[in-house]
Amino acid sequence: MGNKQTIFTDEQLDAYQDCTFFTRKEILRLHGRYHELAPHLVPMDYTKDPDCKLPLALIVNMPELKENPFRNRIVESFSEDGMGNLSFNEFVDMFSVLSEMAPRELKAIYAFKIYDFNVDNYLCKEDLEKTLNKLTKEELTPEEVELVCQKAIEEADLDGDNKLSFADFENMITRAPDFLSTFHIRI
Amino acid sequence: MEALKEQVEEKKKVIATLRNQPWRMKRRLVVLKEAQEFVERFEGALGKGRGRKLYAFKVMMAKKLIKFKRDFENFKTACIPWERKIKDVESHFGSSVASYFIFLRWMYGLNLVLFGLMFGLVMLPEILMGLPYGSIPRKTVPREEQPTAMDYSVLFEFGGYCKYSFLFYGYYDHERTIGLLQFRLPLSYLLVGVGIFGYSLMVVIRTMARNANEGGDGAEEGDFTFSWKMFTSWDYLIGNPETADNKYASITTSFKESIVDEQENQKDENIHLRRFLRVLANFMIISCLGGSGYLIYFVVKRSQEFAKSENANLSWFEKNEVEFVMSLLGLVCPPLFETIAELEDYHPRIALKWQLGRIFALFLGNLYTFLFALFDEVNAKLESEKSIKNSTEWIYNQYHANYSSFFNTTDVSIILYTVVEFVKLIVSDIQVTYLTILIGDFVRAVTVRFLNYCWCWDLEAGFPSYGEFDISGNVLGLIFNQGMIWMGAFYAPGLVGLNVLRLLTSMYYQCWAVMCCNVPHERVFKASRSNNFYMGLLLLVLFLSLLPVVYTIMTLSPSFDCGPFSGQEKMYDVVMETIEQDLPAFIGNIFTYATNPGLIMPAVLLMVLALYYLNALSKGYQQANLDLKRKMQMARDEEKNRRNNKDSTNQVMKDLEDLLPNKSLAPPPIEEDKSPKTKPGAARKGVNLQKDVSLAAPNPRAPVTRAPGPRRGPPGNARGPQPGPGRGRGRGGPPRQ
Repeated sequence: MGNKQTIFTDEQLDAYQDCTFFTRKEILRLHGRYHELAPHLVPMDYTKDPDCKLPLALIVNMPELKENPFRNRIVESFSEDGMGNLSFNEFVDMFSVLSEMAPRELKAIYAFKIYDFNVDNYLCKEDLEKTLNKLTKEELTPEEVELVCQKAIEEADLDGDNKLSFADFENMITRAPDFLSTFHIRI
Repeated sequence: MEALKEQVEEKKKVIATLRNQPWRMKRRLVVLKEAQEFVERFEGALGKGRGRKLYAFKVMMAKKLIKFKRDFENFKTACIPWERKIKDVESHFGSSVASYFIFLRWMYGLNLVLFGLMFGLVMLPEILMGLPYGSIPRKTVPREEQPTAMDYSVLFEFGGYCKYSFLFYGYYDHERTIGLLQFRLPLSYLLVGVGIFGYSLMVVIRTMARNANEGGDGAEEGDFTFSWKMFTSWDYLIGNPETADNKYASITTSFKESIVDEQENQKDENIHLRRFLRVLANFMIISCLGGSGYLIYFVVKRSQEFAKSENANLSWFEKNEVEFVMSLLGLVCPPLFETIAELEDYHPRIALKWQLGRIFALFLGNLYTFLFALFDEVNAKLESEKSIKNSTEWIYNQYHANYSSFFNTTDVSIILYTVVEFVKLIVSDIQVTYLTILIGDFVRAVTVRFLNYCWCWDLEAGFPSYGEFDISGNVLGLIFNQGMIWMGAFYAPGLVGLNVLRLLTSMYYQCWAVMCCNVPHERVFKASRSNNFYMGLLLLVLFLSLLPVVYTIMTLSPSFDCGPFSGQEKMYDVVMETIEQDLPAFIGNIFTYATNPGLIMPAVLLMVLALYYLNALSKGYQQANLDLKRKMQMARDEEKNRRNNKDSTNQVMKDLEDLLPNKSLAPPPIEEDKSPKTKPGAARKGVNLQKDVSLAAPNPRAPVTRAPGPRRGPPGNARGPQPGPGRGRGRGGPPRQ
């Protein structure tokens, strides 16, 4: 191939290819996208592993995420500090999990994290209510919201504690026929 | 030593599955580095002792292979075309519309490969190494057609120079080998023709198998309605504000509908009226299908009569009547079916499936009627040709010089005629599709947009408004087009090239049309859980288009004057000839043994038995699956009830409780009617909806070894049936005393 690029060393590129579902070209393209979010902050030379994080506000303005009602939660779930500041590693990780080639089980784990608004490792009623309100832009009446959340918990809750643990969620989501096609972002 | 090897293998596995782990990137990179260092360090150490060089060599080859595979993957991804375009469509219309374009791209790839095969192995050798145009009768335009052979109108109908070119079957010479390399053209022609089907079959089945894994195992439709709506209804691909607004609205509507469904009791339907209406609708549709089949037959017969009469004073309409009628039927009947289907009052997803099935039956019926009509004509002409052949041979023996001039005046190659008709049909079908898009979508959009300024009602919101992209119609059109290509590819090698061009232009044209003239769907209903519905349809069409080709290869004897098989009794004689003459003798023997009926019958029997066994095995797995589901359901209900301190609603548990020592002395209480057949999630008054246990019936398969009821005797002997689901699972319970 012999593309003389100086952004990453060859070992770094190979390592990224082993750790994500992306090819070499896609990783370089991702770096381009990351760079254009904040050209002054993001260095062009990543061979020395610079420590650079971009804030939440910049990332959720990307065209792929802008219209997504869960964009804040998505970015927060992939950030190490939980506040949405993404380094390039986390940026690549996010798009790798959301890509077409990620397996169902991996996507289910991150979907659970995304919908867990209060970050307590359970999807309790408040989490579901928030999800529903974001989905419908608060067009449903409070009684309808209550009904839907109640029904959802009833359907999926296996151990009867009135909230969804990861096992409950996974059992429900892996059977959904649309899950893989909708939980997908193309970059 | 062994332990070390195992560790190395384990580390390698860790590296391979690294991307599937839900870890932070930093951790993955660290683990990767560690594992790679470990493997490198100890792989060298393992190579001590005997076979060290071999081991080092194997390791090096493995590394090279991994690198090669990775480069190849990179190359393949870089080669995938139209990624940007599809992403644009996805962000505007969501994943269901984009799935059509992804399917189109897949078809394009398939057709490219088929074209490569056809071109490289059949067309190119004939052009480069075969006899040039004009040297033998089959390659020359007959004298009487020569003045008009270059006319655009004639070429457009695939007559003239087109008919006598390498695009069609008739051009190919039947010489056993041609050119310097002794290339066996007839053999190659036959094998490529069959190979096209083989390759297509393999690719379709491989894609189906891959999709089947993604489909998600079959949970019941009603099990997780609300959960799925909540967690999988937002399409993460959407990037356009308008589309997003649309999506919010459609999600809200969908929730409201489900809520209403839950709260309503079952409507008191007049079942008889509904059944009658459905029967009526089906009857009307079947008569439509019959009518369209008859119309096509009639028109084809008429066109043959036209062809027999003078060609010059036929109007354009009369010349192209068949194509016109078939396209018209294809345009008019589907909306007609949809209107009739309003009588049936089905759920939209089921109605969609019925509609697709009916359109499929329509297209299939039309195509096969067309073919039958043509074949009738072919057989009739073959009869007359046989008599010509007998008299020709007599003349040939007498007048060698007049041989070529005689051929120039008779109508050669009926099969060629059939094929040209077929190709004309395909081309007109393509033209109609493009015209429909132009008129139905583009002109409509332009009128709505500009006429809206001076019209009394809001054209954009009311009738006719902008069109939605018809996914299922387009996918079916694509599938049928491919079916026709498969049918015709054996006799018109140029057809595959034509299809490649068509798919290419389709991609650009439809992408433009959808972005420019369509609006996103209001409600999205997928025809199936995975894409396998359309793949299954494609497979069916593949088999159906294989049939006519195989029939003609096996039974029709080729014309004695055109095509690469002329002179043979049957087309596959080419293969027999090659086996006899070119391959060593023992291979011929093997083939003779292999085609012996005495060997084939047991083989077929064995395959039937294997099929039966695999079927029984899969049924067994399904049953085991159901049992497990039941267990989980029971466990879940028990937990819930225990927490709510309620009595068990499970019939089995209730019976068990009744059988406990003290209870059994009292007569069994009269139970309220708890019918176990309540639909799960059935509606009840109020907001609190509890799912009834519908799976409470005991295991019906095992015999009940003892009847429930009050028993006499000391409690010690009253050993109840075994615990767990399904009573009497242990055959032969404890003996009565």
